[in-house]
Amino acid sequence: MSNLEILLILIIAAVIAYYATKRQAQSWQASRDKTKLDSLPNYYGYFGAICTLLPALIVLSFWSFIEGNIISALVVSKFERLSASNASDLSLVMNEIKIIVESGLSEKNSNDLFYEKAAVLIERYSSVSLFLKVASVFALSILGFMYAYLKITPRFKARKKVEKTAVYFLLLSALVAILTTAGIIFSVLFESIAFFSQISIFDFVFGTHWSPQIAIREDQVSSTGGFGAFPLFWGTILISIIAMIVAAPLGLISAIYLAEYAQPKIRNVVKPILEILAGVPTVVYGFFAALTVGPMMSGLGDRLNEFGMSFEIELFAGLVVSSESALAAGLVMGMMIMPFILSLSDDVISAVPDSLRDGSIAMGSTKSETVWKVVFPAALPGIVGGFLLAISRAIGETMIVLMAAGVAANLTANPLNSVTTVTTQIVVLLTGDQEFDSIKTLSAFALALGLFVTTLILNILALQIVRRYREQYE
Amino acid sequence: MNNLEIVKAGLNKRYAKERRFKFYGIFSISLSLLFLFFLLFDIGAKSIPAFTQTYINLDIEFDKKSMKLQDQDSYSEETLFSASYSKLGRNALYKLFPEVTERKQKKALRQMLSSGARYDLRDAVLENNDYVGTTQNLWVLAGDDIDAFVKGLIDRNIPEADRRVKDYQVKWVDILEAQNKIERRFNINFFTSGDSREPEQAGILGALKGSFYTMLVTLLLSFPIAVSAAIYLEEFAPKNNWWIDIIEININNLAAVPSIVFGILGLAVYINVFGVPRSAPLVGGLVLTLMTLPTIIISTRAALKSVPPSIREAALSIGASKMQVITHHVLPLAMPGILTGSIIGMAQALGETAPLLMIGMVAFVADIPQSILDPATVLPVQVFIWSDSPERGFIALTSAAIVTLLVFLFFMNLIAIVLRKKFETRW
Amino acid sequence: MEISDNMDLDQEISKTVGSPLLESKVRIACRDVNVFYNKNVQAIFNVNLDIGKNQILAMIGPSGCGKSTLLRCFNRMNDTIEDCVVDGLIELDGENIHSKKIDPVVLRANVGMVFQKPNPFPKSIYDNVAYGPRLHGLTQNNSELDDIVEESLTKAGLWKETKDRLNKPGTGLSGGQQQRLCIARAIAVKPEVILMDEPTSALDPIATATIEELMSELKSAYTIVIVTHSMQQAARISDRTAYFHLGRLVEVDETGHIFTNPNHSLTENYITGRFG
Repeated sequence: MSNLEILLILIIAAVIAYYATKRQAQSWQASRDKTKLDSLPNYYGYFGAICTLLPALIVLSFWSFIEGNIISALVVSKFERLSASNASDLSLVMNEIKIIVESGLSEKNSNDLFYEKAAVLIERYSSVSLFLKVASVFALSILGFMYAYLKITPRFKARKKVEKTAVYFLLLSALVAILTTAGIIFSVLFESIAFFSQISIFDFVFGTHWSPQIAIREDQVSSTGGFGAFPLFWGTILISIIAMIVAAPLGLISAIYLAEYAQPKIRNVVKPILEILAGVPTVVYGFFAALTVGPMMSGLGDRLNEFGMSFEIELFAGLVVSSESALAAGLVMGMMIMPFILSLSDDVISAVPDSLRDGSIAMGSTKSETVWKVVFPAALPGIVGGFLLAISRAIGETMIVLMAAGVAANLTANPLNSVTTVTTQIVVLLTGDQEFDSIKTLSAFALALGLFVTTLILNILALQIVRRYREQYE
Repeated sequence: MNNLEIVKAGLNKRYAKERRFKFYGIFSISLSLLFLFFLLFDIGAKSIPAFTQTYINLDIEFDKKSMKLQDQDSYSEETLFSASYSKLGRNALYKLFPEVTERKQKKALRQMLSSGARYDLRDAVLENNDYVGTTQNLWVLAGDDIDAFVKGLIDRNIPEADRRVKDYQVKWVDILEAQNKIERRFNINFFTSGDSREPEQAGILGALKGSFYTMLVTLLLSFPIAVSAAIYLEEFAPKNNWWIDIIEININNLAAVPSIVFGILGLAVYINVFGVPRSAPLVGGLVLTLMTLPTIIISTRAALKSVPPSIREAALSIGASKMQVITHHVLPLAMPGILTGSIIGMAQALGETAPLLMIGMVAFVADIPQSILDPATVLPVQVFIWSDSPERGFIALTSAAIVTLLVFLFFMNLIAIVLRKKFETRW
Repeated sequence: MEISDNMDLDQEISKTVGSPLLESKVRIACRDVNVFYNKNVQAIFNVNLDIGKNQILAMIGPSGCGKSTLLRCFNRMNDTIEDCVVDGLIELDGENIHSKKIDPVVLRANVGMVFQKPNPFPKSIYDNVAYGPRLHGLTQNNSELDDIVEESLTKAGLWKETKDRLNKPGTGLSGGQQQRLCIARAIAVKPEVILMDEPTSALDPIATATIEELMSELKSAYTIVIVTHSMQQAARISDRTAYFHLGRLVEVDETGHIFTNPNHSLTENYITGRFG
C-alpha cells in the first residue's frame, strides 16, 4: 500500500466523517424541541473531518520521513561489516543494497551473498514498518472520528474550533518561510564547518590558488593549497562590476526618461517590451552570451589585433579576446539586470511627490534640472537600494556565467580574459558523480555559504533602505 | 545686468544640456530595445533549421536475411520488434550508388542516413506487417551532417578539409537532389521524441513533460501555502510583533536569495536527508515551490491589501466571523490579483535552471517521464544540456527549445496581463 | 441656490461687474482668457482682469471655480499639464507671456510661486534658498550667494530661527516654517510677482497669522496674487478681491467694497455663506 493510496483512503474517510457529523447536527436542528445550534451544521461537519484527517496525516508524514533512515540504521547495526565502515563507503554499499531491493529479490542479480542478506532484511523491516504505519494511521483516523462524534453537542462551539484550526494552518504556512531559511542555513553550515576544519578560513578567503580537482588525492590537499577561493570572488566581482557598468546607467536613464519625459502612450508600449527582458530565462541569456556575444567579441578582438599589427597601433596589436571573456558574460548579464534596475528605479522615481517637481519648475528650472537637482536626490536612497538588490542578483546569477564565462580560476583585472565565479564553481563541483563527503564537495558548500551570507547582507540592507524611503513619502 | 538678463544669458547653455539629456534617454532606451530585438532575432533565426529535417527517398528492400528473420510467412509482433533493421537503409544506398566500393567512402555513404533511421523502418514494419519480403519506396531520415548541408549550414565552397561533408557526399546529395529523392520536411520528431545523443533524433517531449510534472508539483504546493501564508500575515498576524517582522524580512529576503542556493537546499535536505529520488520532477517541484513562495506571497498580500476596509466592515457588521469575511468576501475580490501573481511566479519557475542542476535534473534522460517520480529534465535544463553538446545540429535544436520555452512564457505572461487588465478595479 | 443650466449661468454672468480693468500701474493683464482641459472641458470662461503693481489680489470662490487654474496660467505652470490649452491674451508688464520671445524659464524666474502644501526640497535650508540663484547663475561667488540666502530668509522672517541650522534639512522644519522657507526660496531670485495657491490651508492659525503678516510686508516690493478659501483671509490682507464662480469671473473690486457692498447676487450669496 503506497502513501498515495493511504492518503486517498484518509480523504475518503474525512469526507464520510464530514457528512456523518453534519447529519448529527442537522438531526438536532430538526428534532421536536428545535434545539438551537451554536454553529451552522457545516461547521460540525468540518470539525469531524478535521479530527479524522489531521492526526492521522501528521503521523503518516512523520513516519514516512523517518522510516527510511530508521530501517537503514537497523540494518547497519545488524552487520558488523557495515557498522565498521566509514561514511562514504557505507552510503555506496547501502545504495547498492537498495537497488537490489528495488529490482526485486527473486532475481539473483548479486553475486555477493552479503548484499542479498541485507536486502532481505531491509525488505522484512519495510513490510513490518508498512504494517505498523497503516495500522496506526487508520486507528488514529477512526479514533479521531469517534472523538469528534462523541464530543459534539448542540452547545459545542464548532465554528470557533474549526476557525482556530484554520488559523493555525495559516500560521504554519507563514512559518514555511522561516523553515526555508533555516533549511538553507542547515544545508550549508554543517558541511562548511566540516570544510573549514580542514582548510583554514584565511586560506580559503585569501588564497589565490584554486584547483579542487587535484585535491582528490588527500596528501595534496594542504600542500598545494588548492582551495584558495580568492580568484573566484574576484571573478564574481569583476563580472558584477561589468554588469553594473552596463545596467546601472542604461536602467536608470531609461527609467528617468520613461517616468519624466515619455508620453504615456510611448511609456505604455516601451515599458512592457523592456520588461520582456526581465522575463527571459537566464539560460537563454547564457546561450546568447556563449554562442553569439562571446564569439562576436573574440572575432572583433582578432580584427582589431590584425588592424593593430598592420598599422602598428600598440594598443590593439597585443589584443587577445578570449571567447569566454568576462566582458561578454558581464555585458549580457548587464542587459539581464537592466530591466530590473529600470522597474525598481521607476517605482522609486514615481514615488517622489509631484509637489517637488512643481516647486522646482515654478522656480524656473528646466525639466532635466528638475530631474537631476530635485527628483534624483530625493529618490537617491531608493535608487541605491535598487542597485544593491541588482548587485545581489548579479553575484548570485549562475547560468550566464556557467555558460559564457570559463571554469579556469584566473586572477586578472583584464575583462578580456576568462575568469570563473563562485556560482560556476558550485555547479561544477556539485554536478556529476562524486562522493558526498569529499573535501572537494565540501568546498562547494563553503562557497555557497559565502554566497548566501553576502547576498543576505546586501538584500537586508537594500530592503531596509527601500522601506525607509517608501515610508518617507507615504 | 539685472536678474532677468542674467537668466536669459545662461538660457542657451541650459537648453543644450536639456537636449543632451533627452538624447541620452532615447539612446539608452533604443539600445535596450535593440538588444532585445537582436536577442530574439538571433535565437529565432538560429532555431529555424530545427523545425525541418532532411529525408532521403529510398527503395527499401525488407529482405528477411538482412533482417535476421527465419523464413516464415508471418511473424509475431515481438519477432518483428527485435529483428535487425540496421542494414536495410545502407543496402538501399549501396544499390543506389553501386560505384562506391572503397571502404572509407562506403562508410561515408552509410552516414548519409541517421542512425535512428532503423527505428523508423521498424515502426513502418510494425504498422504494415506485409512489408517483410517486399521492396517499399520510403522516405528515410538523413544523418545530421547531410541535414546541415542540405539546410545550407555547411558551405560547399570552403575547402573539403575544413568541412564535415566530403566532396563525394556532396556529389551524392546533388545526384539525389536531381532525382528529387531528397527533401526537407517538418520536423515532427522534435515534438514527439525525448532527448537523444543524435541531433536529428532529439526532441523536447521528455523535457516538456518533465516541465509539466515539475510545474504541477510546484503549483499544487506553492499556491495553497503561499495564499495561506499571505492571509495569515495580512489578516491575522499581530501588528508590531517582532516575530512577524522576522517572517516578513525573511520572505522579502528569500525573494532575492540566489536561485542556486535553493538547489543546494534541495540537494542537502530533500535528497540527502529525506531521501526524495534524485532527478525526479517531485524534488524539482519541491525546490521550485520554495523559490516561488515569496513571489506569490508578496503579490497575494498586495491583492488582499487592495480590498477596501469598507467591505470587511460591512460584512463584519452583519455578524460574519473574521474567517467568513475572508473566505466569502476578501478572497474572491482579491483572486484576480492573486492569480496574476501566481502565474508570474510560475513563469519564473518554468524558466529556472540553476537549482535544478544541483538536484540531478541535468542527467541525460532519453525516456519520456510518466510520473513525478521518474527521472526527468525540464525545458530550460534541456536548453543547457543541448547548448553544451558539440554536434552542430544541437545549436538549432537549442534555439528551437528556447523558442518553445519563450512561447510558453509569453502566453503565461499574456494571461497574467489580461487578467490584471480585465479585473483592474478602482475602489 | 441651485444652478440648473450653464446657459442660464452665462446670461447671469454675462459681464464681470465691479472694476476688472485698471487705468494705470498694471502688472498682469488678462484679456478674454479661456482655458480648456482635454479639448472639450472648459475650466475658465472669458476672463478679463488686471492686476496692479504692488498690490495683493485675492481670488476667492467655491471649489472648482477655476481660480487655481487661472493662477497657474500666470507663470505658465499649465504647460506641464498635457491637453491643457490656454486661449486669449495674458500680459506681464505689457508683454504677451505666450509670445515666442518669452521663455517659460525666464517667465518663472520673474513670477515666483508658493504652493498649497509646503514643498521644500529634500536638501538643507541653505540649499533650498540657494536653489534658484544657483540654477540661474545669479551669483559670481559664494559670499554673494550667502548674502542672497540671508537676505531672502530675513525677508521671509525665517533668518532668526534658522541662521544656526542652515545645513539642516528643510524638511525638518515645522509646517509654517516650511512654508516661509518656500517663500524665501521664491524671493531669492527677486521676482516681480509672487503667486500663492492657498498658502495657509495646510497650516495652523498661528502659522497662518505669521504668513499673512509676511505678505503684507512683501507687498511693498512685489505684486502678490493669492488664491484662498478663507474669506476672512482675503478680507484681512488683500487690496482687491476677485470672485470666481464655475470658471467665470463674477465680480472684482476693492476688497472693502466686495465684502461690504457686493454688486452681484452670486457674490453676495457666497460671502454671506449661503453656499460655497
